[in-house]
Amino acid sequence: MADSTAHVSRSRDLDKLLLRPGHLVGPTFDPGTELRDDIQEYVKILVVGAGGLGCELLKDLALSGFRNLEVIDMDRIEVSNLNRQFLFRKVKAMQPCPMSNDSNLMLIDLSIALVRVLVLLQVRLKDLRLQDVGKPKAEVAAKRVMERVAGVNIVPHFCRIEDKELDFYNDFNIIVLGLDSIEARSYINAVACGFLEYDSDDNPREETVKPMVDGGTEGFKGHARVIVPGLTPCFECTIWLFPPQVKFPLCTLAETPRTAAHCIEYAHLIKWDEVHSGKTFDPDEPEHMQWVYSEAVKRAELFGIPGVTYSLTQGVVKNIIPAIASTNAIISAACALETLKIVSGCSKTLSNYLTYNGVEGLHTKVTEFVKDKDCLVCGPGVLIELETSVSLRKFIGLLEEHPKLLLSRASVTHRGKNLYMQAPPVLEEMTRSNLDLTLFELMDKTPKDIVHVTGTTSKSDKKTSLSMKLRLVFKGVDGVADMDMAGGA
Amino acid sequence: MIKLFKVKEKQRAENPNGAAPIKKQSAGELRLHRDMGELNLPKSCSISFPNGKDDLMNFEVTIRPDEGYYLGGTFIFTFQVPPMYPHEPPKVKCKTKVYHPNIDLEGNVCLNILREDWKPVLNINTIIYGLYHLFTQPNHEDPLNHDAAAVLRDNPKMFESNVRRAISGGYVGQTLFPRCM
Repeated sequence: MADSTAHVSRSRDLDKLLLRPGHLVGPTFDPGTELRDDIQEYVKILVVGAGGLGCELLKDLALSGFRNLEVIDMDRIEVSNLNRQFLFRKVKAMQPCPMSNDSNLMLIDLSIALVRVLVLLQVRLKDLRLQDVGKPKAEVAAKRVMERVAGVNIVPHFCRIEDKELDFYNDFNIIVLGLDSIEARSYINAVACGFLEYDSDDNPREETVKPMVDGGTEGFKGHARVIVPGLTPCFECTIWLFPPQVKFPLCTLAETPRTAAHCIEYAHLIKWDEVHSGKTFDPDEPEHMQWVYSEAVKRAELFGIPGVTYSLTQGVVKNIIPAIASTNAIISAACALETLKIVSGCSKTLSNYLTYNGVEGLHTKVTEFVKDKDCLVCGPGVLIELETSVSLRKFIGLLEEHPKLLLSRASVTHRGKNLYMQAPPVLEEMTRSNLDLTLFELMDKTPKDIVHVTGTTSKSDKKTSLSMKLRLVFKGVDGVADMDMAGGA
Repeated sequence: MIKLFKVKEKQRAENPNGAAPIKKQSAGELRLHRDMGELNLPKSCSISFPNGKDDLMNFEVTIRPDEGYYLGGTFIFTFQVPPMYPHEPPKVKCKTKVYHPNIDLEGNVCLNILREDWKPVLNINTIIYGLYHLFTQPNHEDPLNHDAAAVLRDNPKMFESNVRRAISGGYVGQTLFPRCM
């Protein structure tokens, strides 16, 4: 097969990493061709996002020898993506036009030349129709990488991340994130941590650990991090890393605008509602954006403020920071390499957060963040064994006596259902009837599961309010041996 | 690092019929759960959950000021709590059309802790107290309703009578306010 020689030469550099032992390798590293082949055959990777980072990630992972990739993205390609999302193009690449090298070309009469021009024109028109703009990013990105990298299979998913069942995510060995929102990261993090189980000594069970590699860029800045739930801090452990969004006071917008951004936010937040009663503003609707822009211009003129442009309007309203293609390339390269290291053990992984800053000069730094041991999302929680006959009322009483908890006035929630709320009175009333039911029943007779409780604890004579995660195990119910879920956050 | 090459055996053995799809509870919901459990409202404020006990992310707060210009009125606020709460503040709107210097006729509320001064350590209780204070101490320095602010600043007596007229259902200037007593 002509293909196989190409394949051997492509994995040559990779072979140096995967086939030879070394001193700086991870503890589980087992070099050899079996490792290389297993990576190709068995490892399944999900790339979340097929935008600036996602395009880079798919290319890098495919070229790193991974064969089974899937990509999920809910967006369609826009013209403004094309400068950096290099797998997409506006016009289909022109096939080299079969030109005659016949020296008799000059003899071809004018009418034949004309026909040629017309045919060429038609081809161009057809190409214009074939442009990528408007197509799902995931589908086009998958197709393009498969065209270029022999042997790789990429399954695209054109949908929201929330639309997939949890089982979908459990199928992957590693999840690589190329996202631009905190919310989406938080969601995937909760899903991945939800698979994590702890043993009775509060140690994570290895086979339930779902590693994530998270990349992010903003202009000239970026980060790459490795999240191994249960071992390194999860996204929620370090949520405080994110600076709060800049929000202008409404009355400044309404009364005393001073900057172009104030004028834009006035049009977006105040004027829009005034004029379009009930209709919600859609930032992806060009007409809406145009309206906000023109209102912002009027406002700016009124106050003599310069600088309102259409692109600034988009920037302020959608919170956009111009993307730099090279930043994406650098961050993606770091993420792809970490993915390879986690999978193969060929080197120790990043521990655990790389920041890159190319604004003034170039700075990179690796910070080892620590886990929040009480994290509601990735932490083990407190293991409690219960009889199936225990009522919710009795359970709440037990929490007060439990030496690790000492939690009084507890409210209890299970998988989004509020079993009992101490306050406000209206919720207390709605949940009071649950108090005399057994917890086992209220939890749909699940032999073991996570519940969250909140209340006040009076440890060391100081009253503080507290949320806690509990791993409940019901005694004498089938399926309870030694394992307990950590997820459910 | 971790033994990924249990993967090989695992992928063959994996049972495809996992647990039923489960509702994911976001970290924001868990935090809100705590906020609710410690809610401690003044008599003049009450809360309700139009979508039932399991949707804490959308609720309404009713404020009946027991002193000041707005005594006797009933004002309803809608709260929408985003999944990234408390990293992001709740979106709060006043559902009752009100003549107020810090609330516009669309229901936008100018309260610093709802936007520029929001901090994740604040909670639902703080916001409700903040809203309550808007009624006991309306503030002409942060106007959203420009006319109302000017009247409050220049002629408090007239402001008072405008408020009375508005909450008992009547016109202030060109604007008709529904009765909310």
